[in-house]
Amino acid sequence: MQPVEQRDEVEMLSMMLLIRRFEERASQQYQAQKIGGFCHLYIGQEAVVTGAIAAIRDDDYIITAYRDHAHALARGTTADACMAELFGKVTGCSRGLGGSMHFFDKKHHMYGGHAIVAAHVPLGVGLAFAIKYRGEDRVTLCFFGDGAINQGSFHEALNLAALYKLPIVFICENNLFAMGTSVTRSTSLRQIVDRAEGYDIPGEIVDGMNFREVRDKVAEVVDSIRKESHPAFLEMRTYRYRGHSMSDPASYRTKQELEKYRLDDPITRLRAQLTREGKLTNEQFDLLDKQAKETVLASVKFAEKSPQPPLDTLYDYTYANGAAAQSATKNSDESQRLESTTGQQGR
Amino acid sequence: MREITYRQALNEALAEELERDPNVFLMGEEVAEYQGAYKVSQGLLQRFGPRRIIDTPISENGFAGLGVGAAMVGLRPIIEFMTFSFSLVAFDQVVNNAPNMYTMSGGQFNIPITFRGPNGPAHQLGATHSHATENFYASVPGLKVCTPATPRDAKGLLKTAIRDDNPVLVLEAELLYSSKGMVEPPDEELLIPLGKAEVKREGSDVSIICYAQTVPLALKVADQMEDEDISAEVLDLRSIKPLDEQAIYESIAKTHRVVIVEQDHPFCGVGAEICYRIQKNIFDALDAPIIRVSQEDVPMPYNERLEHAVLPNAEKLLAAVKQVCYA
Repeated sequence: MQPVEQRDEVEMLSMMLLIRRFEERASQQYQAQKIGGFCHLYIGQEAVVTGAIAAIRDDDYIITAYRDHAHALARGTTADACMAELFGKVTGCSRGLGGSMHFFDKKHHMYGGHAIVAAHVPLGVGLAFAIKYRGEDRVTLCFFGDGAINQGSFHEALNLAALYKLPIVFICENNLFAMGTSVTRSTSLRQIVDRAEGYDIPGEIVDGMNFREVRDKVAEVVDSIRKESHPAFLEMRTYRYRGHSMSDPASYRTKQELEKYRLDDPITRLRAQLTREGKLTNEQFDLLDKQAKETVLASVKFAEKSPQPPLDTLYDYTYANGAAAQSATKNSDESQRLESTTGQQGR
Repeated sequence: MREITYRQALNEALAEELERDPNVFLMGEEVAEYQGAYKVSQGLLQRFGPRRIIDTPISENGFAGLGVGAAMVGLRPIIEFMTFSFSLVAFDQVVNNAPNMYTMSGGQFNIPITFRGPNGPAHQLGATHSHATENFYASVPGLKVCTPATPRDAKGLLKTAIRDDNPVLVLEAELLYSSKGMVEPPDEELLIPLGKAEVKREGSDVSIICYAQTVPLALKVADQMEDEDISAEVLDLRSIKPLDEQAIYESIAKTHRVVIVEQDHPFCGVGAEICYRIQKNIFDALDAPIIRVSQEDVPMPYNERLEHAVLPNAEKLLAAVKQVCYA
């Protein structure tokens, strides 16, 4: 594997653009009612996941919360599979059974997509446990928001990771708000990273709007973990430009605050760095952006024309190894209902 | 065959599966150095070492979730709850994460995990420590629930659970750990399928449907009924989910009368579901309304006399059997 600083930063910029354009288009499709349920957008936070993924190997594990579209994209899940999932189509990364908050991609070691706040942090610790159990040198990146740090499962997970010296980086994407509650109204600590100190886990604050700082810091702790297994904690200071979800107008913060962060935009920032260093021209940037937009537009077309998951597969994804596992519990009433609705089209 | 205790049977099952599959590990409170709160894991630390027999802090949500995560990448965790009353602290992991993952990931991640430990009221432990959780968990799609009542079933079901590719709850009977029964010798592989009930005593006048701690109760009452010339069949469900409906219907086709004796609460209890299925599928075979004997619908009192009054007990079961037989 290449040293991380030699990985192509233009490619990473291109990924950040893909994430942004994907989320913008998801927003539009949500408003057009092509996407159901909840939909949480990542716009503004792109440097965090892109920087972190740029610092790890393809066989490392990642797991995250419900603001997860970007994590799948950054890991290599196609925009087609992501958009199709939002549309609830069988070609989606979770066959249309998971939705926006439950993206999974086994091939790319993306372990979800979890929607109960902090409930996946113990799962991340379990992934890291398996790495150590098998004597591998992989690392788990476990992403979560600032809202997760006051849940019991978060605390239990950190303690277990420290106790068993597991190879995991806890990455807190601190975007200052848990839904509409600011960190200052939810957390007794002056800074989130101090949570790690309580479990004797080394922690640092990182500028989450700066791709290079994120990448270098994650690379540094991952390198240390591969040498000798231990947990680490990184508090990424970042900002989401949109509301908590599509239904949130974000009236709990000021326009001025949002504008202040927009001036520090992670894409603009990496673009400026690359341009200054002569690694990127304006024409090249425009081309990357055009390509990102085209990829996303194509993904909408793909999602639209993809089929719904067939109704007769409804019972196929409850138990592994089959309908046989379930035959004794399948309710004959339910089967009848199912048959009577097979003519209906979902939306 | 030789006679061993329910506790030894579980211990043998754990040891055999740990021996057979390097992906299997046992994790929980006091399972290693203390040798198990109920001594089910006695000797396993010495035999398999601290890598595979792992003590945890008192963090049920944390270590249950750790197990689910480890199962996502192919390990086969056995997570011990010191009692299933404590599994309620981990309810989110058992109900939201373990069984939903396979569906939510579109079939990419199955969770081959076993949650096990004692379940059901024991003796004077009060309301927080006396939960019978089978009806909570059996109502969740994606989970399987078994409730062994004998050493043989305990061993065979636990081994099958560990090999299952889905989350399985093995609800052990706290009061039966020291009970004894005949079990195949260790060199004979003993696997009992999930979803298969067993007639523990044949009879022709009435079917007593039971599981876990109500099995010895049903057998005792069935013996007493002999004196009244009532021949009672005792059907041990062994698994709550999947449910062996066929065995239930076969027994009723023979006896035409049913008492369900369950250790959970009456409202939305296991017996309620079974009653529904019986009346729907074999209504014409019934000669009397079904009677359920369960706990009373109150939190468990500490007082011994009151506790006895809350539990499904011999007096209640006798009365119920007589009632369905119009005796």
